[in-house]
Amino acid sequence: MYDIKALYEAKSVEDAINLRIAHPDAQILAGGSDVLVQIREGKRAGKELISIYMLDEIRGVSLDENGAIRIGSLTSFSHITKNEIIQKYINVLGEAVDMVGSPQIRNIGTIGGNTCNGVTSADSASTLFALDALVELTGKDGKRIIPISDFYIKAGTVDIHPDEIQTAIIIPKEKYIGYHGHYIKYAMREALDITTTGCSVNVKLSEDKKTFLDVRIAYGVAGPIPMRAKTAEEFIKGKAVTKENIKEFSLQVMGDINPRDSWRASKAFRQHLATELAQRAITECITLAGGEI
Amino acid sequence: MAQYKLVKCTINGKEVEKMVDVRASLTDMLRNDYRLTSVKKGCEVGECGACNVLIDGECFNSCIYLAVWAEGKNIRTLEGLMSPDGELSDIQQAFIDEAAVQCGFCTPGVIMSAVEILESGRDYTDDELRKLLSGHLCRCTGYENILRAVRKTLDKRLGKIQ
Amino acid sequence: MVVGKSVKRVDAFDKVTGRTKYTDDLCDRSAYVAKVLHSTIAHGKVLSVDTTEAEKIDGVIKIVTCFDVPKNYFPTAGHPWSTDESHQDVADRLLLTDIVRFYGDDVAAVIAENEVAAAQAIKAIKVEYEEYPFVLDVQEAMSDSAPLLHERFPNNILAHTSQSVGNYEEAIKEEGLIKFDNWYDTPTVQHCHIENHICYASEENGRITVVTSTQIPHIVRRVVGQALGVDWGKIRVIKPYIGGGFGNKQDVLYEPLCAYLSTVVGGRLVKLDSSREETFVCQRVRHAIRSHIITYARPDGTFVARKLETFSNQGAYASHGHSVGAKGMGCFKQLYPCENVEAECYTVFTNRPVAGAMRGYGIPQAMFAVESQIDDIAKALGMTPLEIREKNLMPVGYTDDFSKNVNYFDSFNQCIEKGKKYIDYDRKLKEYKNQSGDIRKGIGMAVFWYNTAVWPISLESSSSRMVLNQDGSIQIQLGETEIGQGADTAFAQMAADAVGLTLDKVNVVSCQDTDITPFGTGAYASRQTYVGGLTIKQTGELLKQRILDYAQKLSGVSCEELDIVDNIIIKKADNSTVMTVADLAVTALYSLEDSRHITAETTFQIKSNAYSFGCCFADVEVDIRACKVKILDIINVHDCGTLINPALAEAQVHGGMSMGIGYALSEQEIFDAKTGRTLNNNLLDYKLSTFMDHPHLEAQFVENAEPTSAFGTKALGEPPTCPVAPAIRNAVLNATGVAINRIPMTPHVLFEEFKNHGLL
Repeated sequence: MYDIKALYEAKSVEDAINLRIAHPDAQILAGGSDVLVQIREGKRAGKELISIYMLDEIRGVSLDENGAIRIGSLTSFSHITKNEIIQKYINVLGEAVDMVGSPQIRNIGTIGGNTCNGVTSADSASTLFALDALVELTGKDGKRIIPISDFYIKAGTVDIHPDEIQTAIIIPKEKYIGYHGHYIKYAMREALDITTTGCSVNVKLSEDKKTFLDVRIAYGVAGPIPMRAKTAEEFIKGKAVTKENIKEFSLQVMGDINPRDSWRASKAFRQHLATELAQRAITECITLAGGEI
Repeated sequence: MAQYKLVKCTINGKEVEKMVDVRASLTDMLRNDYRLTSVKKGCEVGECGACNVLIDGECFNSCIYLAVWAEGKNIRTLEGLMSPDGELSDIQQAFIDEAAVQCGFCTPGVIMSAVEILESGRDYTDDELRKLLSGHLCRCTGYENILRAVRKTLDKRLGKIQ
Repeated sequence: MVVGKSVKRVDAFDKVTGRTKYTDDLCDRSAYVAKVLHSTIAHGKVLSVDTTEAEKIDGVIKIVTCFDVPKNYFPTAGHPWSTDESHQDVADRLLLTDIVRFYGDDVAAVIAENEVAAAQAIKAIKVEYEEYPFVLDVQEAMSDSAPLLHERFPNNILAHTSQSVGNYEEAIKEEGLIKFDNWYDTPTVQHCHIENHICYASEENGRITVVTSTQIPHIVRRVVGQALGVDWGKIRVIKPYIGGGFGNKQDVLYEPLCAYLSTVVGGRLVKLDSSREETFVCQRVRHAIRSHIITYARPDGTFVARKLETFSNQGAYASHGHSVGAKGMGCFKQLYPCENVEAECYTVFTNRPVAGAMRGYGIPQAMFAVESQIDDIAKALGMTPLEIREKNLMPVGYTDDFSKNVNYFDSFNQCIEKGKKYIDYDRKLKEYKNQSGDIRKGIGMAVFWYNTAVWPISLESSSSRMVLNQDGSIQIQLGETEIGQGADTAFAQMAADAVGLTLDKVNVVSCQDTDITPFGTGAYASRQTYVGGLTIKQTGELLKQRILDYAQKLSGVSCEELDIVDNIIIKKADNSTVMTVADLAVTALYSLEDSRHITAETTFQIKSNAYSFGCCFADVEVDIRACKVKILDIINVHDCGTLINPALAEAQVHGGMSMGIGYALSEQEIFDAKTGRTLNNNLLDYKLSTFMDHPHLEAQFVENAEPTSAFGTKALGEPPTCPVAPAIRNAVLNATGVAINRIPMTPHVLFEEFKNHGLL
């Protein structure tokens, strides 16, 4: 039995927005795999909750007329992984969210909840950063679409207005066509774990597969929020696909990331992992793209 | 102050309804209101899998699932697996035959995950099975005989072994 | 005969259908809910507890604080009681305490109508503390400047014992000896049974009934009596099926507090259901033990003199205390007998969670240290790990002067042979030489020493009762408990053979109820099949004798000429049927001339103990740059005597190996140096192995029938955990050349070690 002051169940997105306005202190509840745990811990005990879990209208994956992939915010991780559109165009995201917790958590956990938590370890987030995803927020005055990098403000805080809920994640066509992505979750065990360091890379190679046309690399737990390593990206763009360049690319990452010491892992270890994972992830991307190294 | 809601759902094939405290987890509802005590509490935060049940064919940790969300859903627990005349399902029999049961506390949840796997009609490698079962912590078995029981039942259903 | 057959578990059907009732499943829903307020400092004195706000919360029935409870100090260890005061466990616990000694100590308790009200009240209670300095490290705790936890124990030393053989100081003077001087560290780990501890209590007819998830119902009865200051007979303890124990539930946990809380609300039903977080912090953990071993060896690998010093981190209260560290010390001079040995063990209080019993009881720690050093020595001397063991391992015929245990068989070599063959040891040892690169493979092994039951340290006795039913079936009851390991099935198999019945004619009463069940001390020390087997055999033979006495009366054939085979009373001479046990049973009970309720009950006290040996081989792959160890293949081989049920024995070994793998690679409780708080008190942050962290686990056996045992069996419950961590550690050494002297070998540790050794 949870210590919940009151539960408001939204019947539609519009209803959810009205409930937010009527109950400004209420916490939004999507799948609950984080919020309910925090209530039980006492952190969010005794609060009002707005459950949006039953809103099927913001579930599912679709391809719009411009080729953008639209993922409803309440789509569960397992449904993302199993979705044919995801598998065809951005399998890296399906693979990344397939590493969250356990099968049960992947059935309840939603991509919207995962990103709205604003935590750096979210397995979906670094890949969404590496895909330059957009976040769709719906409020009383309509929709607002912002880049995911703007959505994250600081640890635990994201850009949602008091009258808004997140309704979709959008990946524009030009961000995925021609790219091959790979995500590595580094954790202490093979399942049921939170990420020590996560690294997601998207690579676009030249037609002859010998040159990096574009590379996007993003990290989880390399700083307070998910982040891109832009220095490294700039370094490798236009460079030849060689071991030396990949090595240098992985070292350039150090200029961008800012992991901290915690009891879960030391700063030095996370820095080591960041370079190691960068090399391994980009190498895998090259293979996926049909290149050789 | 208490807030209640009528929750109608199907549990183990039977349509049921009850007024439920909105603060209740699905574990609370199944254990307390329906006395389905195969649904175990091991951590209450979705880490151990002891409370695992099937909701519309997918596995969920019922401890972190609000009871009110069960509205309209089809819920299955271990109690629903044995046939009305007392015949065990193949996976239950396999857990007995392969010595996959020790203290038995994780068993109900694991069997329900196995049911989802078996009902998919697909074949899986051992590594895939381990991943599909990885939401369950067990301290007695080292997972060895559980995997063996699921493997054998799957192979039988797929006609790979007798 | 059913002993030796892999019959199905007697409780499996109920467990796979979900109908098995555990403690919470049995508790009436009307029960009040109790929750405990735990200290938020590691060491200090409670100055005041303000319950004003908490009492206003709707649904709160009563709050008791450390200032309200009776001052009856009680011990908690699941040891047999000793009538010799000097041998009794240290009584240092109170129901609630005003002197808190670890972060999470029990300060107050709330009784409420429901769990939400109880949780809100706990949050609303204000506690004022006077804070004392605290100490977490075992050797720091021994220094003169360290904060003292218990006044009676200067330098926080709960106990210090030593053993000596020969003359160490003289022996080390021999010229040409090579000295090995190493320190080894093992972590604080937790049992992680999936069912948290839970109990409920109420009063009936002026007596208190406690239903609890425990391994030791009869001991719980005694301790609840001691804690509440009431006669032990006024307490009734019932143990239903339990969701694992592994030693944590070989301690009296919250049963005394729960019983007390019932008494303060007029004997109403009160339930105390521990959370996972409480299980990690407020119950028991495995002793973290630091070992210092010095070995003087000749260049040919002969051990000339050895010295062991161990420092066992007891945590805040005595619980099982020194017996855990002492057991580890005790095996030192036996496993590799050497003419000159000195060993000493300190058990030391610190402000960590309380250490108690856990599967292996000091031996996993000892084996990590001892077996790691053996490989270090072998490597330095240019010998293989098997060569050095062959030279120094306990020989056949060795007798321990204290326990009088005899090494009757060549178990070590037989087990090693099987393990070697399975893992293809010799070939891999060659193949893995001279590797370079970032991914390297390694092969490692370790043996273990174990003994069965607790004689001569403590009492070893077991009682059983058998009752003949009208249909010729029997009920059997023992004080020894089913905790998931399969004890009931083994008992049924042994009882069937002892009486001459088929297995379907034996009903094991699984539940222990101290009002009804014969006295037995419970599940620990891997004792139950060994000790329980002795009483089962004795009681079975007595029951058989009584059946045959009656058969003699009915048939006129002398009972000496009769026997029971497969439920039928036969003439031994020609195997002819005299009558069935069923016919006899119904006649005996309803006879108008001589009605008899045929029963038997005996106590067997054993004054011996049995060695149980084996080994583990592990084949690993080390990804140096990722700082990860992957186990490719692993095998445990055990000689636990005759197997009562091979399939269940194998399953039990799997579980022990799994626990050993976690011990080697991932499990540890982490404490905040600033506050003493346990940082990873949940199953997400405490890295117990998952389905995906294991390879196939291979379990094999050597069966040398134990002469002192009724059915040839001896310890198996705990031993599987003992050799795994050093085997994996030695495999990592083989792969990388890096000797890692602390577990768990997490990526953090490997990162540091590989950096220090220039691999990164």
